[in-house]
Amino acid sequence: MFLSSTQRGDTCIVAVNAERIDAAVAIKFKEDMRTETANGPDRVILDLSAVKFIDSSGLGAIVASMKQLGEGRKLDLAGLTPLVDKVLRLTRMDTVFTLFPSIDDAMIGLEG
Amino acid sequence: MPERFTHRFRATELAARGGIVAVMARLRTLELPEQIAGDVELALAEAINNVTEHAYREREDGIITVTARLEDKRLVLRISDNGLPMPEGKLPQPKTHDLSGASELPEGGFGWGLIHALTNSVRYDRRAQRNTLSMAFALPGGEDDGALSHTAP
Repeated sequence: MFLSSTQRGDTCIVAVNAERIDAAVAIKFKEDMRTETANGPDRVILDLSAVKFIDSSGLGAIVASMKQLGEGRKLDLAGLTPLVDKVLRLTRMDTVFTLFPSIDDAMIGLEG
Repeated sequence: MPERFTHRFRATELAARGGIVAVMARLRTLELPEQIAGDVELALAEAINNVTEHAYREREDGIITVTARLEDKRLVLRISDNGLPMPEGKLPQPKTHDLSGASELPEGGFGWGLIHALTNSVRYDRRAQRNTLSMAFALPGGEDDGALSHTAP
């Protein structure tokens, strides 16, 4: 499965089970995110630790996923590998999302 | 001796992914330093996405040609297609985005900003109904500034 979700307390954790979020999967990513997060907790953490490559289409799909969560819900990002981290910083999207080194850090609120 | 190779693939999103992965695999066998491989792959992907989304937006049979030239101090990638020209026939500049309002956040338009940030120099040529985007990357330890002006296309 491309995405899989688990619930921990009042948080929904969505893991990306793929090495690339690029133009070829951007639409699928957005649609699967809608399915995985529908009617779930307000806080969603996206586990990106398996993702080695993301392009601007993939980044756009993450932004779209956050917007489709709607008012009062939040999307945080965890487990960024070096290139994913770089794309977020170069586009200044690191100022939009809260970034955590890992899911465990995200659960206890340790930003990094 | 500089190493040179060419890959051609169709301008669909899936074929483009295969083309990007193939070019990167070839560059790694030619010992492209791993510390810049991520930058190269990202700039290449943005350039190719631009061709599939814009230059070939009116057709599905477009072909993209990537030529790589790996020298001692720099890597030059040329991406060419025979699709529509760039807007006003010029190299697009980075867009600036307003990131202050959550519901208005941009979902695209990051590509040229990334390409300009990741390359040492970038050039666009339109000749004989073909677009060519040339991107140069200085290799770690090289003194070359990556300027494209002294090389023939």
